[in-house]
Amino acid sequence: MLELKNINVTAQNGDNRIQILKNINLRLEEKKIYVMTGPNGGGKSSIAKTIMGIYRPDSGKIILDGEDITDKSITERARMGIGYAFQQPPRFKGLQVKELLSLAANGENITGEPCDLLYDVGLCTQDYLDREVNTSLSGGELKRIEIATLLARKLRVAVFDEPEAGIDLWSFQKLTETFERIHENSDTTLVIISHQERIVRLAHQVIVVSDGTISEITSQEKILADVKQFDSDCRCRRDCLKEELASAECDR
Amino acid sequence: MLNATDRKLLLEIADLHSIPQGAFNIRKDGQGVARNTTANIDIVTKEDKPGIDVLIRPGTKGESVHIPVILSQGLSDLVYNTFEVGEEADVLIVAGCGIHNPGSRKAQHDGIHEFFVRKGAKMKYVEKHYGEGKGSGERVLNPKTIIEVEENGVAELEMIQIRGVDKTKRDTEVRLHKNARLVVTERLLTTSRQEAESNITVKLLGEDSTAQIISRSVAQDESRQIFHLNLHGYAKCRGHIQCDSIIMQQAKVSSIPEIAAYHSDAELIHEAAIGKINSEQLLKLMTLGLTEEEAEETILQGFLK
Repeated sequence: MLELKNINVTAQNGDNRIQILKNINLRLEEKKIYVMTGPNGGGKSSIAKTIMGIYRPDSGKIILDGEDITDKSITERARMGIGYAFQQPPRFKGLQVKELLSLAANGENITGEPCDLLYDVGLCTQDYLDREVNTSLSGGELKRIEIATLLARKLRVAVFDEPEAGIDLWSFQKLTETFERIHENSDTTLVIISHQERIVRLAHQVIVVSDGTISEITSQEKILADVKQFDSDCRCRRDCLKEELASAECDR
Repeated sequence: MLNATDRKLLLEIADLHSIPQGAFNIRKDGQGVARNTTANIDIVTKEDKPGIDVLIRPGTKGESVHIPVILSQGLSDLVYNTFEVGEEADVLIVAGCGIHNPGSRKAQHDGIHEFFVRKGAKMKYVEKHYGEGKGSGERVLNPKTIIEVEENGVAELEMIQIRGVDKTKRDTEVRLHKNARLVVTERLLTTSRQEAESNITVKLLGEDSTAQIISRSVAQDESRQIFHLNLHGYAKCRGHIQCDSIIMQQAKVSSIPEIAAYHSDAELIHEAAIGKINSEQLLKLMTLGLTEEEAEETILQGFLK
C-alpha cells in the first residue's frame, strides 16, 4: 500500500550536510497498525515527515497504491489521503478549534461530528469548539486537538508522532480505544510513533528505528519482552530500549 | 443621493446595507447628505468649522450612532467632530471612511474626532478605513482621535484598515481618569507601496485606571508600517501593550514603544514582535490539504480577525 524504497535523507547542519535517514526500506499494508519506536534522535519523526512530504529524500522512492509520489507536494499527498499529527503542533492566533477541524474535514460543516472528534481525544466539545488554537491552550489540549485534526479526515495513511505526549491517563485510555476504533471501522493504515507499552500492544508490527536506519521490524511480544528484561535491569523506565542498555544513562 | 458605489463603501466601512437605524450622519465629498437624530442623540452642525457635534444624553442605553464618510472623487476633506457621551450612557459609535477614487487626483480625508466619555459611561467606537478605485490618485486618510474618559468610564476602540489606503497617519491620544478603562484593538494590513503610521499615547492619570492595546498588523509587498505605542502612568494603574506584526516580501515594519511610569504603583508592560509567518503553521495547514497560498491566507485572516 505505502512503500518506502531505499530512502536517503540529508539535512543541513551548520556548514555540513548530515545524513538523517539511511537506506530506509519499508512496506506498510492496508488496515494495519504499525508502532515505530526507538531512541530519541534515531529518525522516527524523519521517516514520518518523509512520508508526509515535509522532508524530501535525496534518493529513493515513495509509492502509494502503486503510484510514485516521491515528487508530490505536501498538499498533494494530503489530498491523496496521507495525514500527519505533529509531535509539537503549532498554535494559531485567531483560528478557532472548530475552524481548524473544519479545514481538516475539507470545509465540511463539522458541528455534528466534532462532538465525537473531541470526545475521542478526551475533550469536552462545548468548552473547546470556540476556543482559539493559541497560547491559552495547554500543551496537552493542543496535542489532543492535533490528533482530532486527523480523526476528522478520511485517510489512507495516518501517522501520529508521539500522540501520548502530554496526555493524562484518562485521555490516554480514550486514545488507545480511538486507535482501535479507527482500525475496526476503516482501512486506514496507522503509523504511531510511541514508546508506551499500551500503544505498542496495539501494533501488528513494531518498527525499531535507530541511527537513521530501521534496525528491526518485529512483533509486539518480542519488544515487550525486551523492555521487560530492560526494566528489571534499570530503574529508568522511560524511552529506553534494550539496545541502549550498555550505554544507557539514567537521568534520575 | 447614494449610488451603488456609495452603498458598497458604506457596507465596507460601517456594515450598513441601507440607511441605518438610530442616529446617523452621512458625509459625502465634503457635504452632509443624510442625517437622523433620536430622542436621546442629537447631531448638530458646527458653526465655526466643518464638522458636527454629537450629543448623547446621560443614561442613554443600547443606542448607536453611525457617522460614515464617503469620498467618491479626488478632493481633500477636513472635518472636526466632537462627541459628548453623557454620564452612565452605553453606546456604539461607528465611524469610518470609504474612498472610491476613480481618477488621478489625490483623495484625502482628515478627521479630527474628540470624545468626552463622561462619568460611568461606556462607549464602543469602531473606525474602519477602506479604499478602492482603479485611478492613479492617492487615497489618504489621517484620523486624529482624542479621548477623555472620566471616572468609571469605559472606552473600547476598534480601528481597522485592511488594504486599499495608500497613506495613513493615525494619531490617538487618550486620557484616563480614576478607575477608567480603555481597550484598543488595532488591525492593519498594507500592500504594494502603502504607508501607515499609528501613534497611540495613553495617559493613565487616575487611580486604578487600566489600558490594554492589542495591535496586529500584516505588511506585504513593499509597504511600510510604523508604530509608536505609548503608555504613561501617573498613578496606581495598569497598562499592557501587545504589538504583533507579520512581515512579508520587501515590507518594512518599525515598532517603537514607550512605557513611562511617574508613580511607583504604575504597572506597565509592553510586548512587541515582528516576524514572518510561522513555517510550522504553514506546514500544518498544508498537511490538511491546503495549498501554500490558501494556508497563508487562512493564517492572515485569523491573525487579523
